[in-house]
Amino acid sequence: MKNTMKISTLAATALLATTTSVSAGDVEVLHWWTSGGEAASVNYLKDKLSDAGVGWTDFAVAGGGGENAMTVLKSRAISGNPPTAAQIKGPSIQEWGDLGFLADIDGVAKANDWDNLLPAVVSDVMKHDGKYVAAPVNVHRVNWMWSNPEVFRYAGATIPTTWDDFMVQAAKLEKAGFIALAHGGQAWQDATLFEAVVLGVGGADYYNSAFVSPVDLDVLKSDTTVEVFETFGNLRQFIDANSPGRDWNVATSMVMEGKAGMQIMGDWAKGEFKVAGMNVGTDYVCTAAPGTSGGHTFNIDSFAFFAQSDAARTAAQNTMAAEILGTDFQTVFNLNKGSIPARLGVSRAEFDSCAHDSMDAFIAASASGSLVPSFAHGMAVSSAVSGAIYDSATNFFNSDQSAQEGADQLVAAVAAAM
Amino acid sequence: MNRQTPLSINIGRVMIYLLLVAFALLYLAPLYVMIATSFKDIEEIRSGNLMAPPLSPTFYAWTKAWSSACTGSECEGLAPFFWNSVKIVVPAVSISTIIGAFNGYALAKWRFKGSEFLFGALLFGCFIPFQVILLPMAKLLGSLGLANTVTGLVMVHVIYGVAFTTLFFRNYYVGVPTELVRAARLDGAGFLNTFRYIFLPLSTPIFVVTVIWQFTQIWNDFLFGVVYSGAGTQPITVALNNLVNTSVGGKEYNVDMAAAIIAALPTLVVYVVAGKYFVRGLTAGAVKG
Amino acid sequence: MLNYLEKHLPKIVLAPTTIVMIVCMYGFIAWTGLLSLTKSRMMPQWEFVGLDQYVRLFANPRWDVAVDNLFIFLILFIIIALVLGLLLAIFLDQKIRVEGAIRTIYLYPMAISFIVTGTAWKWILNPGLGIEKLFRDLGFAGFEFRWLVDSDMAIYTIVIAAVWQSSGFVMALFLAGLRGVDDNLTKAAKIDGASTVRLYWHIILPLMRPVFFSAIVILTHIAIKSFDLVQALTGGGPGYSSDLPANFMYTFSFNRAQIGMGAASAMIMLFGVLAVLIPYLYSELREKK
Repeated sequence: MKNTMKISTLAATALLATTTSVSAGDVEVLHWWTSGGEAASVNYLKDKLSDAGVGWTDFAVAGGGGENAMTVLKSRAISGNPPTAAQIKGPSIQEWGDLGFLADIDGVAKANDWDNLLPAVVSDVMKHDGKYVAAPVNVHRVNWMWSNPEVFRYAGATIPTTWDDFMVQAAKLEKAGFIALAHGGQAWQDATLFEAVVLGVGGADYYNSAFVSPVDLDVLKSDTTVEVFETFGNLRQFIDANSPGRDWNVATSMVMEGKAGMQIMGDWAKGEFKVAGMNVGTDYVCTAAPGTSGGHTFNIDSFAFFAQSDAARTAAQNTMAAEILGTDFQTVFNLNKGSIPARLGVSRAEFDSCAHDSMDAFIAASASGSLVPSFAHGMAVSSAVSGAIYDSATNFFNSDQSAQEGADQLVAAVAAAM
Repeated sequence: MNRQTPLSINIGRVMIYLLLVAFALLYLAPLYVMIATSFKDIEEIRSGNLMAPPLSPTFYAWTKAWSSACTGSECEGLAPFFWNSVKIVVPAVSISTIIGAFNGYALAKWRFKGSEFLFGALLFGCFIPFQVILLPMAKLLGSLGLANTVTGLVMVHVIYGVAFTTLFFRNYYVGVPTELVRAARLDGAGFLNTFRYIFLPLSTPIFVVTVIWQFTQIWNDFLFGVVYSGAGTQPITVALNNLVNTSVGGKEYNVDMAAAIIAALPTLVVYVVAGKYFVRGLTAGAVKG
Repeated sequence: MLNYLEKHLPKIVLAPTTIVMIVCMYGFIAWTGLLSLTKSRMMPQWEFVGLDQYVRLFANPRWDVAVDNLFIFLILFIIIALVLGLLLAIFLDQKIRVEGAIRTIYLYPMAISFIVTGTAWKWILNPGLGIEKLFRDLGFAGFEFRWLVDSDMAIYTIVIAAVWQSSGFVMALFLAGLRGVDDNLTKAAKIDGASTVRLYWHIILPLMRPVFFSAIVILTHIAIKSFDLVQALTGGGPGYSSDLPANFMYTFSFNRAQIGMGAASAMIMLFGVLAVLIPYLYSELREKK
C-alpha cells in the first residue's frame, strides 16, 4: 500500500516535471484556518503538494468569519497581485468570476471526472459560466442541534423535534434550573439560529423561494415570515442574559458542562465535544434542529483559483485542485473538521454516527428537494443580501421588536440590498 | 507648594495619594487580568475567578505563544513575526521622523505664502479613516510594483505618519525664538545650516516624543499590516490576530493572553523606559506651543 | 542658481510631502467621493447613479444607530478623557513621591493595541465573568453591571475602554503643560491670596489652551478611528447596537459587496469631521499668529 502510494506520487512528480517548466512553481493560499486542528488539516494538503513538487506559501488572515481575509483579497486583486487560491465560497465565487479574476481549471476537472465525483448541488457552486473555477473541500451540515442527555433526563424532558415541542421542553429545562438554549449573541450565530427557525417553521419550499437567490420578495412578504419571527422571538426567553458577544464554542461548553440543554450549531461543534473527550450518544446527542429532520442546510468550504500570468504557477494551481479532491485529503480534512467529504466515493468507515447521519440526510434531502444552501454561511444569496438578513435577524433578536416589525425590517432590508 | 504643611493640607495630600493610587489600580486591572490568566492552566481559567492569582503558575502558555502556537498552517509561534515587525517598524519610524523634522522646521520658521494652508491641509489628513484608502492605495502600490512588499508597507506607514510627525515638529519648533534664526541668517547660515547648528541640538526631546508615538502607532498597526504585507512578511499584530481568532478546537485563553503580552512588550518597554523623556519632550514642546 | 536653490529650499523640502499628500490623501478622498456616486458592488465599477448610494445609506437603520453612537461616543469620550487627564495631571503635579511609577501606569494603556486588550476587557465587563461576578462573590448579591450585554448601554462600555486607553496620554500632555507654567506666576497668585482652586481655574487653565488644542486633535483622531475597539469589545453587538461608522463602512465595503454605499458612508464621515474640525483648526491657527 505504502509502496504503491510512493510510486504514484513519483509518477505524479515525473509527470509534472515534464509538463511544467523547470520549477514547478508555488501556490500562495489565502485562508482563515488558524486553529490547531485546522492547521493540521491544511498541513496535510501542504505535504501532499510538496510530494508533488509544489511549494506552499501560507497567507492566513483570521477574524470575523473571513471578513479580514476578504478585505485583504480585494486589495490584492485590485493591486494586480492576487494569491493563487483563496478560501471563497457560495455565490461569492460567482461575483469574483463575473469580475474576471478567476482561473479556468476545467482541464483538471475533466481529467479527474469531477462532474461524476461531485453531486450537482456542489459542482454548480464551483462553476462559473459552466467552467470549474473552484474546488470544494467539504460539506458542513448547519441545521444540527446538540443536546446534553443528562440534562434532559434530570429535567424530565425529551429532545424536541418540532419548534412547538421545543417551547414545551425548553420550559421544562428552565424550570429545572437549566439554561435551555446555549447561544452566543454574535450576528452570525443569531443568523444561524434564525436559519434553523426559517427551515423548521417555513419548510423547504418557503426557504428556497424567500432566502435563496433569486429572492422572491412576495414570498418573503407573506405571513409565513411573521410566523417565523414569532417563533424566533419566543426563543429569546430561553437563552441567558449574558449571551451577547459569547463565542460559539463557549456556548458549546455550556452544553458539555451541563449548564445548558441544547445548542443549535453546525457540525463543526462536534470537534469541541471530541476535544473534551465526550462520546456521541452517551455524553452528547446530535439531532437535526427542530422541524428540519428531513432537511439539510449545507455549507461548502472551497478554494477558488485566481488567474495567473505565470505558467508554472498555473501548473501548481492545477496540482492543488487535483489534490483537494483526492480521497485522502477529503477524509483527513473532514475527520478533523466534523464535516463530510464533498465528493463521492470516499469510504464512510472512519466517520462517526453524526457524520453518517449528515451523509444520509444529504442524499435523502437532495432527493426530496429539502437540501437547501445556508444563508447564514454565505451559500444562498449575495453577500449584500445575506448581510441584510444578518442585520435584521440580529437586531430583532436583541431588541423587543414585534414579529411584524421584524418581518417588515427584513423585507425592507433585503429589498434595499438587492 | 512645597511649604511644610498644617494638618488640613495633610489630609488633602492623603486624599490625593489615595485617588492617584485608586486610579493606578483601575488602570492596571486589564493588564493584571492578562498576566494572571497567562500563567494559569486552562482548567483553572474555566473554573476559577478572573481576578484570582494563578494557583500554580506555569510558563506553558508563554513558551507556546512564542514558539509553537499556530498562526496559520505554520505553528511556530510569534517569534518569526516579531522580527518581521521590527523590519517594518525601524525604517518606517526613522524615515517618517526625519521627514517630519524637516517639514516641521520649514513650516515653523520658513513661512511662505500658503505654508499655513499647507499645514492645515496636512493636519486634516490625520483624520481620514484609513479604511477609505485601502483600495486606492493597493492600486497605487500595484502600479509601482510594490504590492505586498515590505517596501510598500513601509511607504504606506511613512505617508500616513508624516502628517503627525510634521505636526509634532512644527509645534515644537514654533517655540524656538525667531531671533535665533535671524541671528543665524545674519551670520550667513542658510536653511540647512540653521537647522543643523541651531535646531538639531535643541531637538532631542521632540525626537523622543515623535519616535515613541510613531513606534507605538506602527508596531500596533493591524489594518495596513494585514492588507499590504506579503506572505512571510506579516507583522506580529496579524499573527496575533490569527492566533487569537481561532474558532474551533478549544480556545487556549492563557496562550492568547501570553501572545498578547508578547506582542505588546516592545511598546510597553518603550513607555516604561522612555516615559520620563516622553513627558519631558512634551513639556519642552508644549511650553509655548 | 545656488542662491535660487537656497531661497526655495523650504519649498523644495516640503514638495514631496505636498505631492504625496495631494495624491494619497486628497486624491484618494476624491476617488472615494466618485466611487460613492457609482453603483459599485464588490469592486469599484464606474457606472454612475447619482446620489443613490446616499439615499440607500440614510434608509439603512443600522447607519442611524452608528451615527447616533458616534455622537455619544465622541462627546463622552473627549470630555471624560480631557477632564480625567487634566485632574490626574493636576494631582500628579503636587510633588508626588512616586510620580514616575504612577505616570507610567497611567500611560501604559496607550502603548497597547486593542487586539491585545480587547479580550481582557470583554471578560472584565462580562457580567458572568468580570466585575459583576467579582462583587457578587464578595457578597453583594444584588450587584449589577451588565452594560456589555445591554443593547442600550453597550456603547458606553466602549467609552470606558477608550477613556482607559487614552486618558493617560492626555494626562501626560497636561502634565507637560503644567510643568511649563512659570513658577513666578503661581507664586505671585499665592501671595495675592488666591485659593488653589481659583489659581487653577483662573490662571493656569487659560494657559493650557494649546494643550487642549493638541489633546482635542489627537482625541478626535483616535475617536474617529475607533474601529478595532468596537471590533474587539462588542463586535458591534448586541445586535448592531454598538456599531460605529468606521465599522459600518468596513463591513459594507469589504464584506457585503456594497462598496459604493461604503464609500458614501466614508464621505459622510469626512464631511462630519470637516464640519467640526475646520472652524476649530481655523480659529486656533489664526490666533496663534
